[in-house]
Amino acid sequence: MVSDAGPLLETRGLTKSFRSLVALSDQSIRVDRGEIVGVIGPNGSGKSTFFNLISGFLQPDSGEIRFAGAPIVAQPADRIVRLGIARTFQGTRLFQALSVADNVRAAAELRQRTGLAAALLGGGRRRRAEAAVEEITEELLDLVGLTARQENRARDLPYGDQRRLEIIRALATRPSLLLLDEPAAGMDASETKVLLGLIDEIRTRYDLAVIIVEHDMDLIMNLCERIQVLAHGSKVFEGTPAEVQAHPAVREVYLGHG
Amino acid sequence: MSGPALSRPAGLIVFGAVLILVAAVTLALPHMVNNYLVRVVIVMCIDVILVASMGLGNGFTGVFSLGHVGFVAVGAYTSGILSLPVTMKHAFLPDLPHWLASFSLPFLPATIAAGLVCAALAAVVGAPLMRLSGYFVSVATLGFLIIVNVVLINASDFTRGARTFAGVPLQTTLPWAMGWMVVTLTVLARIAYSPFGRRFRVVREDPIAARAVGLSILPVRLSAFIVGAFFAGVGGSLYGHYLGAFSPASFYLPYTFALVSMLVIGGMGSISGAVLGVVLVTVTSEVLRNLERGLDLGVIHIPPLYGASQIVLGMMFILVMIFRPSGLMGDREVSPGLFLRRKPTGERE
Ligand SMILES: Nc1ncnc2c1ncn2[C@@H]1O[C@H](COP(=O)(O)OP(=O)(O)OP(=O)(O)O)[C@@H](O)[C@H]1O
Ligand SMILES: [Mg+2]
Repeated sequence: MVSDAGPLLETRGLTKSFRSLVALSDQSIRVDRGEIVGVIGPNGSGKSTFFNLISGFLQPDSGEIRFAGAPIVAQPADRIVRLGIARTFQGTRLFQALSVADNVRAAAELRQRTGLAAALLGGGRRRRAEAAVEEITEELLDLVGLTARQENRARDLPYGDQRRLEIIRALATRPSLLLLDEPAAGMDASETKVLLGLIDEIRTRYDLAVIIVEHDMDLIMNLCERIQVLAHGSKVFEGTPAEVQAHPAVREVYLGHG
Repeated sequence: MSGPALSRPAGLIVFGAVLILVAAVTLALPHMVNNYLVRVVIVMCIDVILVASMGLGNGFTGVFSLGHVGFVAVGAYTSGILSLPVTMKHAFLPDLPHWLASFSLPFLPATIAAGLVCAALAAVVGAPLMRLSGYFVSVATLGFLIIVNVVLINASDFTRGARTFAGVPLQTTLPWAMGWMVVTLTVLARIAYSPFGRRFRVVREDPIAARAVGLSILPVRLSAFIVGAFFAGVGGSLYGHYLGAFSPASFYLPYTFALVSMLVIGGMGSISGAVLGVVLVTVTSEVLRNLERGLDLGVIHIPPLYGASQIVLGMMFILVMIFRPSGLMGDREVSPGLFLRRKPTGERE
């Protein structure tokens, strides 16, 4: 299924316009297995558009997206997550009226689907599927300390917990690439620190590659091995955190708008 | 699953107890009370089937369809045509195609056939309709109801058109109605509170996030729509065999509004809410209907108040909308034991 040679994700000449507005232009990126890559840029520079293209929520006007060697352009979002690309959303998108645990279960069952017959008749297959879902769910709830609140409705969680819940919901689909869109937005310094620890832990524990879009420079500089800078939909620079910080043009582009 | 499951034996005992209770009521009621009350209870059982099955799509899945009664109509006519005695078919429906005119089905197979026809129709109609959301789907499903009505009126070879379709055997007795109600509620609860049924609520809560966890929206909505239509067809057959005679107008806007208000008053995301809504609206309107004729309590004389029941029901609807917009039950269930599963506890709307 997933070939081990070559990059995990590779885009080439990725372009997307909304009417006359070019949101992303001729973008390319390469992400290897287990790597953490940051994508930064001022508001409206095309970061979320980039995520929407990779995760199948938008279709590019032109360009290539290869995941584990295979082209994935034109595949619907629900298929792409099955291939192993999970994402969170800028702002949160939880199943608000559902319990915290059900939010995770809904994602964990991706690889444990049972149908109408199992719903009506039960049976061993459904029991095994539910047990597997429970196991993943318990483990992930424990990871972010939400076990005690698993029966609360998602909308009743404090903001920081909602963000963490969205991350473990993405993890429950068993991805090999995780896309985090501004995970630290709205968090204070200490919450951001906890988040940093969490991202670091999950990438080693689950052997993940991660792409993070974030305005919080501390988080990005501490976490990422490589950073790509976007401005007006185009890649203006790519390098290590040290190179990005040293690059005068980048500082100007980023700080000038951000 | 949502929440801790009741342990298996305990759940089975509760379920068994409920079954025995239902059976006892079914057998004893006709001896205890008059015919009028038995008829009210039969209609109530049918309405529970219709409202609860409507709730699966409208409440659990969040696709607010106004076309449910269209399936009820198709179910009533399908089973009516199938179970009409052969001699009656020759007399009433002389133009019926030979393959339909030459036989007559018993009540049970006719009812199941009605359900299956409706499920198949829902698969065809739902494929385009379930792509819509919000007001669009409500308007489009209302369009479906209108089309069904027009087709029934014009397919007079099969339906006698706008004239009364009569002669359907009066077979919907209390045990049949109760039995089908228990089957319907059991099946709906098992589906709604299974991993399969959790997808209904997931898709309702956030279709975009649902896709991000790998769900394709259309099949999820469509399966809720099809299951709902099956039981609408069953309920339609029961209703047809209760009335004996009906016309396309029996299954149109007034009935739609009645069922929708029961669902909305009871609580859209709850099976016990559907039951509660039916009971509450039925009891209120039956009591008021009797009051409408006027009352003489010796000292106090209440003059006839024609139309009062409609006004009170309308006010009830408005009050629920103001004070409990998600209905009396919201998306919670009354008794965890009854449906073997418990919903998340401890929160308010
Ligand atoms: N669905 C859409 N329809 C029309 N325009 C869009 C759409 N999505 C994004 N855009 C536009 O494309 C541009 C890039 O948006 P995008 O959301 O990718 O920016 P971003 O880098 O994520 O910004 P932010 O930091 O504010 O999240 C913006 O000008 C935005 O208004
Ligand atoms: Mg963005």
